[in-house]
Amino acid sequence: MAEQSNAPKPDAQALLDIFRRMVRIERNDDAIRTAMRRGRITAPYYSGRGQEVIPATISHFLNDDDQICTIYRGIHDMVAKGIPLRPLWAEISGKVDGTCKGKGGPMHLTHPETGVMVTTGIVGSSMPIANGLGWAAKLDGSKRVVVAYFGDGASNIGAFHEALNLASLWKLPVLFVCQNNGFGEHTRYEIATSVDKISTRAVSYNMPGFTVNGNDPDDMYAHVHAAVARARAGEGPTLLECKTFRFLGHLIGDDDFYMDKAEKEAAMAKDPLPRLRARLIAEGHASEADLDKLIADIEAEIADAQEYGANSPTPSRDELRRDVFAEEMPA
Amino acid sequence: MSVMLQMNGIQAINAAMVEAMEADPKVLVLGEDIADPQGGGVTGTMKGLSTRFGEHRVRTTPISEQAIIGAAIGAALGGYKPVAEIMLMNFTTVAMDMIFNHAAKLRFMSGGQSQVPITIRTLTGAGWQTAGQHCDHLEGWFAHAAGIKVIAASSPADMKGLMLSCIQDPDPCLFIETGMTLFSPGEVPADQGPIPLGKAKVAVSGSDITIVTWAAQTIRCMMALQALGEAGISAEIVDLRTISPWDKETVLASAAKTGRVMIAHEAVRDFGPGAEIAATIHEELFGQLKKPVKRLGAPKCAVPFAKVLEDAYLVQPDDIVAAAKALMG
Repeated sequence: MAEQSNAPKPDAQALLDIFRRMVRIERNDDAIRTAMRRGRITAPYYSGRGQEVIPATISHFLNDDDQICTIYRGIHDMVAKGIPLRPLWAEISGKVDGTCKGKGGPMHLTHPETGVMVTTGIVGSSMPIANGLGWAAKLDGSKRVVVAYFGDGASNIGAFHEALNLASLWKLPVLFVCQNNGFGEHTRYEIATSVDKISTRAVSYNMPGFTVNGNDPDDMYAHVHAAVARARAGEGPTLLECKTFRFLGHLIGDDDFYMDKAEKEAAMAKDPLPRLRARLIAEGHASEADLDKLIADIEAEIADAQEYGANSPTPSRDELRRDVFAEEMPA
Repeated sequence: MSVMLQMNGIQAINAAMVEAMEADPKVLVLGEDIADPQGGGVTGTMKGLSTRFGEHRVRTTPISEQAIIGAAIGAALGGYKPVAEIMLMNFTTVAMDMIFNHAAKLRFMSGGQSQVPITIRTLTGAGWQTAGQHCDHLEGWFAHAAGIKVIAASSPADMKGLMLSCIQDPDPCLFIETGMTLFSPGEVPADQGPIPLGKAKVAVSGSDITIVTWAAQTIRCMMALQALGEAGISAEIVDLRTISPWDKETVLASAAKTGRVMIAHEAVRDFGPGAEIAATIHEELFGQLKKPVKRLGAPKCAVPFAKVLEDAYLVQPDDIVAAAKALMG
């Protein structure tokens, strides 16, 4: 859906980088679901399966010091950004070596070192906080950009409108990235959202807004390239509505009764991950053996992280008194 | 001996802001009408700051409470120390998700990686006929939450000292102002520095009865002192200053000394902060009390408009005297 035929296109290196990030997301998601089925992890889990292209392409353009604020369905966003897998697994296992010492869990994973600043379980709340990080980036005189990830449902909550208005007024270096997977919890997009395209809402806030094919690396690449460049140049925020599909329902265990079976099957038949793999081979950017090796290395990394999480100790009860305030609470 | 300056609460907080912003370029201010072209905030407490420190550090915002607190949280995560004005305490309810789910919890949920050193200033208090949605005392809501400190000073010197501490505190602080305390003059030492959070002040020493109070209610307790004296009652007034975490040590020491305790606050009495304090006193000092702890607070209704009803809604000096006499009886 990129307007211009001369839009920037990903080269072989970029496509391979996007593919590598997608594989890390998908393999990690698969490992989490397997561990849950086996009863090794007990946690609420909101899979990002099917939505990999969006954060993989965005993260391709981000530097280590760029920041993201994401939501409960956000592990794919963090893995794409580069959160280390060992403390991620320890955290979702509720262990002391987790990113948050086992006190946040999958819905509040945080890792400022890699720019994972906030993960919220509240729909819409990534956006107002991303603005503040953008304000700080601006005050620092830096070129940092901040990505606020959210879903289509969140574009109907007040925080979205307040945040876009302020970001536009203050020309903040923020990308508002809506991962429109067609459902807000169990409710279809058109039942909950008054506009055909969420990107049109950008008009109200005087910022550029685009509806992008979120499963197409080329379309994503062109739009993210422009939005990041605009933010780094101090010209302000962009709203990207990235159309995608949620393969595994709202929450793991959800039986998809509210979905149209044929629609879901059609979407899954267009799984962006095998498509990109086929393209890399067809265009001669990699061999089957290269990609098998890449996947095997990632699987080994995940297996190591999983074991690390399993072997990490559980947190002590004293943790209930710590991190409430900077100073420990009295016993 | 430090030189004493005569000023009101607005001037005292303004002085704290100027000092804090001079000393630390990371201190920011944001809120509705906050910059000088808009008046320096609803009470003019931030007047002069945008002119002196620039509108990049002192920013007027749209009427968007979630966006205000969200921007403050994000800037804090980015290393700044924002002071956000939420014009009136009732408007904090619009930003409750940002305050309660995010500002107060990010440190804990991140296992100590994130800190949110923001100060939220907010105005409230009945007595101005602003009725049901402009003057509630909601400190109990925030005191119930883990991870946010709740401050309500009653004198200009305390306002300056506590504001300096809030700004430098590594955690979120809610700083409650009232019309009555902001406009009451008092003496402030010229070199007034930070006053530690979580420490109460024995505003008046006495031996018969302890009155625990804060914010504008402290002033109403002071107004009862003469009548209490005439009734032969020596009251000790403990100005709590910080509602959460509250100073158990000072309150329990005073309660142990007098054996009779009254808690007076402007918030609704039922489930109010006084209940927590009373329960703690009963748990800690049951055998030493001469009477059960008495709580005075507002009735469980919205703040009314009609002057006669508003006067009846508030805990007045006469109510305090009557309750003290009953405790002595």
